[in-house]
Amino acid sequence: MDKSTLKYIVKRIVMAVLTLLLIILILFTLMKFMPGSPFNVEKLSPALIARLEAKYGLDQPVFVQFFNYLKGLMVGDFGISLKLMKGIEVSSLVSSRIAISFGIGLAAAAVGTAIGVVLGIVAALHKNTFWDTLATVVAVIGVSIPSFVFALVLLLIFAVQLNILPVLYDVNTPIKSAIMPTLALSVGAIANVARFTRTEMIEVLRSDYILLAEAKGLDRGTVIRKHALRNTLVPVVTVLAPIIINLMTGSMVIEKVCGIPGLGMLLVAAIQGNDIYVVMAVAFLYSILYVVMMLIVDVLYGVIDPRIRVGKGD
Amino acid sequence: MNDFEFLENDFEFIGDKQDIHTDAVQPSKPFLKDVWERFKSNKGALIGAILIIIIVLLAIVGPLIVPYVFDAVDVSQQSMAPRVPLLENLGFMDGTGGIKEYTGQFADAYHYFGTDQLGRDLWVRVWEGTRISLFVAASAVIIDIFIGMVYGLVSGFFGGVVDNVMQRIQEIINSIPTLVILTLLLLVMTPSLYTIIIALMITGWIGMARITRAQVLKIKEQEFVLASRTLGASDFFIIFKAILPNIFGQLITMSMFSIPNAIFYEAFLAFVGLGIPAPQASLGSLINDGFNTVTTTPYMVVIPVIVLAILMLSFNLMADGLRDALDPTMKEM
Repeated sequence: MDKSTLKYIVKRIVMAVLTLLLIILILFTLMKFMPGSPFNVEKLSPALIARLEAKYGLDQPVFVQFFNYLKGLMVGDFGISLKLMKGIEVSSLVSSRIAISFGIGLAAAAVGTAIGVVLGIVAALHKNTFWDTLATVVAVIGVSIPSFVFALVLLLIFAVQLNILPVLYDVNTPIKSAIMPTLALSVGAIANVARFTRTEMIEVLRSDYILLAEAKGLDRGTVIRKHALRNTLVPVVTVLAPIIINLMTGSMVIEKVCGIPGLGMLLVAAIQGNDIYVVMAVAFLYSILYVVMMLIVDVLYGVIDPRIRVGKGD
Repeated sequence: MNDFEFLENDFEFIGDKQDIHTDAVQPSKPFLKDVWERFKSNKGALIGAILIIIIVLLAIVGPLIVPYVFDAVDVSQQSMAPRVPLLENLGFMDGTGGIKEYTGQFADAYHYFGTDQLGRDLWVRVWEGTRISLFVAASAVIIDIFIGMVYGLVSGFFGGVVDNVMQRIQEIINSIPTLVILTLLLLVMTPSLYTIIIALMITGWIGMARITRAQVLKIKEQEFVLASRTLGASDFFIIFKAILPNIFGQLITMSMFSIPNAIFYEAFLAFVGLGIPAPQASLGSLINDGFNTVTTTPYMVVIPVIVLAILMLSFNLMADGLRDALDPTMKEM
């Protein structure tokens, strides 16, 4: 790894950390502006509310509260749930749900990428045939229709009509319950990946080095496997970004449709219940995931394609 | 070499296998006519455009052609299944399967899309909802174009420190997930039609700004801009008369892609309970309401979902076609 690559990576990491700090600041400010109190104002007397606020440190100046919160974050302390599960630490509330949400998200990303790559390659190799049209139609539909629509369709067919999959997520049968949400979430990924792989593969197949490989007398299988495929798959890294965004927004709705006790459901419940520390923790986790994934994509792409670094004037 | 003789089967007819290029002088056509002809030849885009027109028309006249209003609560007509004249004779959408049946005083009533749990006519509500969804999406996108265009033009045209600062700001805003911004904003502001538009606007302009800037950077180096500058044109003139017309096509394409996105985010917000307040409806809030009874009365959720899906698909198809028509060099192979 040469010096400029290293410099680029360090610069991106510094940017990411700064962004996260800014996100915490914004989250915190917004939370302070949020209408309504986390306590039950009608039932409690003013004196009691004052005592509760003192207990949770809410009576201190806002910037003191902010630094206390920041200090807590450093050691993984997200504060205490004030409403949903009174007195329970947010970190324990969140940690039990991370595995479920991320598990389904990862499975969807994996399934989506695998099917998408295959679909894209088949379409590119059989350009302008029935298979190509089919792949294009699937891609357009997948890109344009939100994942919760697919979740609803799957739900109506497999859970309500055929009754072979559970309507709601069942913690006792996690794999069977995860099939529907995973499939629904992966459609967007399939579409994005297939579209991109197809374009990339067609471009690669047209290039001179493929012509050279063919001219050297290699059979088509070898040309595709050894030369075309590798050069196609490397840039597919770039579609990771839209896929992650899709998965994140998708998962919140999907979790509601399929009744999955995950992070998205927690965020929705916390929003509706005015539970500020839970909202902040989940929003922060989503932000970390997003920023870190973007960082990985950027760095990977910078490493793969040096033109990106040079082009940005770094 | 001279006595070499060609045989009949030395040659192979390849005309069917490969495209034979012929050089032809194409007649010059006005730009818009050219665009329209390319757009027309794209079947998907044309179908998309027609579907959008149909849906927009229905959103306007749909509620007027039935004798119901969108917020008339009537418990005696709650959860009636869809019933459509003519179709009912085929045993499809014949008004059976709901909670209340079409009997007694309602024997001759037709709720094309059925009624909801409060007895409100869904045909009216779906089209009113479509209208609101379209309104939210269109206003958000129009504001986006405006802000993004100005930001991108300034950032790209002046370059240097200005560009650097503006790019950093943009990068930071862009690195906060849209989902988080949207939910938090709507927590702070009470959900209403306008706060949803503002929330969508705050997250949406960045894409526009980025596209504009990239285009400006490309175009400002070209000869005609240099020529214009040599002739003494001011910055203002160059930006609006030389550069802007050249990026307009891309902006239109981009906005067409943004509309379905905005529709989706609006539906998404409604679905997590941050939509426009009752009794008004949007496609998202209708889906949200219908979803609660998905196992007993699936039509309540299926119909708005179908409208939403067709709308988003059509906009994407049309945007695809428009992109290819406005700039054939951008066409995906």
